[in-house]
Amino acid sequence: MATHIAYRELGNRSAFWTLFLLAGVFVAAGLVAHVVMEHHGHVITGMDNRIVWGLPHVFAVFLIVAASGALNVASTASVFGKTIYKPLAPLSGLVSLCLLAGGLAVLVLDLGRSDRMIVAATQYNFKSIFAWNIFLYTGFYAVVGVYLWMMLEKRFNKYSSAVGTAAFIWRLVLTTGTGSIFGFLIAREAYQSAIMAPMFIAYSLAYGTAIYLIVLMIACRIEARPLGDEVLRRLKNLTATFVAASLYFCAAHHLTNLYFTRNHAVEAFILVDGGSITQSFWLGQVLIGGVLPLAFLLAPGVTRCRILAACMAIVFGGLCQMYVTIIGGQAWPMDLFPGYSATSSFADGVIQQYSPGLWEILLAFSGLAIAALLMVVALRVLRILPERLDDAPQEVPLGDAPQEVPLGDASRDPAQHPR
Amino acid sequence: MSKRGSDTGMSVGAGPDSGRRAFLGTGVGIAAATGVLAIAPGIGLIEIAQARPAGELASSKVRWGLLIDSRRCKSECQACAKACAKENAVEPGSGRPSQNSQWLRKIDLKDKVTGREVSLPMMCQHCAKPPCVDVCPTGASMQRADGIVLVDRHICIGCRYCIMACPYQARSFVHEPLHAQNPEVPRGQGCVEGCTLCVHRVDKGQQPACVQACQDSGGGAMLFGDLNDPTSDIALRIASVASSQVRADLRLNPAVRYQGI
Repeated sequence: MATHIAYRELGNRSAFWTLFLLAGVFVAAGLVAHVVMEHHGHVITGMDNRIVWGLPHVFAVFLIVAASGALNVASTASVFGKTIYKPLAPLSGLVSLCLLAGGLAVLVLDLGRSDRMIVAATQYNFKSIFAWNIFLYTGFYAVVGVYLWMMLEKRFNKYSSAVGTAAFIWRLVLTTGTGSIFGFLIAREAYQSAIMAPMFIAYSLAYGTAIYLIVLMIACRIEARPLGDEVLRRLKNLTATFVAASLYFCAAHHLTNLYFTRNHAVEAFILVDGGSITQSFWLGQVLIGGVLPLAFLLAPGVTRCRILAACMAIVFGGLCQMYVTIIGGQAWPMDLFPGYSATSSFADGVIQQYSPGLWEILLAFSGLAIAALLMVVALRVLRILPERLDDAPQEVPLGDAPQEVPLGDASRDPAQHPR
Repeated sequence: MSKRGSDTGMSVGAGPDSGRRAFLGTGVGIAAATGVLAIAPGIGLIEIAQARPAGELASSKVRWGLLIDSRRCKSECQACAKACAKENAVEPGSGRPSQNSQWLRKIDLKDKVTGREVSLPMMCQHCAKPPCVDVCPTGASMQRADGIVLVDRHICIGCRYCIMACPYQARSFVHEPLHAQNPEVPRGQGCVEGCTLCVHRVDKGQQPACVQACQDSGGGAMLFGDLNDPTSDIALRIASVASSQVRADLRLNPAVRYQGI
């Protein structure tokens, strides 16, 4: 089927320039924020010695985790042989690389000494999961870059399955590494668990697929390229499965903590009386990021608008999840002296409050903008997006016959098939 | 994790200061020889530390540590914290208090069941297996051969992962530009820092500033010495009295022990 697919650059100039300028403004704002923070120091941010990782890390880790998951569609095509996804695979690789770039950019720009990147690139402590992640991120670029090459160069299409398998394994290891950044923290009650790694993989599958779907639907919409019901039906079911898996891991994590008496206090903080953390968990992560998308995606009569809304809700819920994980985990005081209440001039025994400042908010959002900007430019200059993505039932070995779903795209012409 | 024999970032090597160090070394030598210089009843300088000649690597035969008697530590006394801040030029910045560096802080504890109250100083515990060293991506967090845990400010990228990993909340991030610094204690904006056990003093055969201040103020709650030397005062005390390590359950084997908690 892949040999029949025609890819074409984005042709809608006005849409391209609109998106380019919109993203560019946020990127510029983020760079300005970085320069200001570099000059004045982190004293102008809401971060302090208790909340050392603030909003930039929330966005950066979200983007890095989502990058891994955005490769789902390509993996499904190459590793699991689902031919219906093959036309979608190059976009999957591209979205993945752009999201990772956005996340890493924010991570680097939020360093205390971001001018020392040459040090980070030349000095390694191989017991550090952070150091391993540097290799995992750069390796991801190499593997997915080659994977994209194999997919886009017809002569090398035969290798795409093998390279795709390598990329699939690599991204699982990468997200294991990202989750382990938190799982390996021995003294933080909210983390220190092996479940962080698989839980982050589940999160990545949901966030990445949701972002991929958003990009795909918007790109096809502004380009007026057909997008078939069957492709969307499968992708939304895949997304729903990943959201359910995310909720499962989240529930398992908290239930385990609730079983341990020593963790009751931190669980009460996150689940009951943690203020913005508790609200972010129940309203953001669970309701908007979990229950609502499941209802939108699985209830009968699903429409394209509902799929798009569900994906956006998943992204919002994902950011809330990262806020709960990263900020909530730091806000809760470490228990240095079990059985004692502690007070000090360094906020011992105190639940720390966090209010992000303007500069870190701009820097955080610039991560999304960097990813968007790269995607828009890449789609404009590279032949990544297929000309047609309408259903082609005669070429696709469907295991299950598609149900009639009123996805409601009037511009779609189901009689036409991919070239 | 590897222990470094050098004293990167805190070095007292040959250079313009060598004359001063030679003078200090001679002074300590004379004092030790005459036995007249006592820093506290029963504790002479020679018993605490021999000045390490410039250029000589730290030795793994030594493990510097502290014994803190919380029963003698008064809640209202801040002598150790003030001395630490003065010695290392760690002054409050222009931001919020929680953004200020604190290498040593006093913690007041209250038993949730009995109501018993205890006060003690908390600083880097100089763990034998420090999590901050494990997680540091560049190796900036490092451990000298004599067990002192330091940050090499030349290769710290300010990622703050060590702050996340430290079980004692003993590290600080420098949030703003610094001005007045002690030349022997380099600090830097955007880097992470923490108690060095006054390595610049220890290498000259002196005690950490906090210990000195505690003794000078009459508290006498802090004892510094070589944990590996069975004849040192600290080793003898630890062998004869009940003491404990904070978060001993983590099995990090801190070099700081506490009495009375």
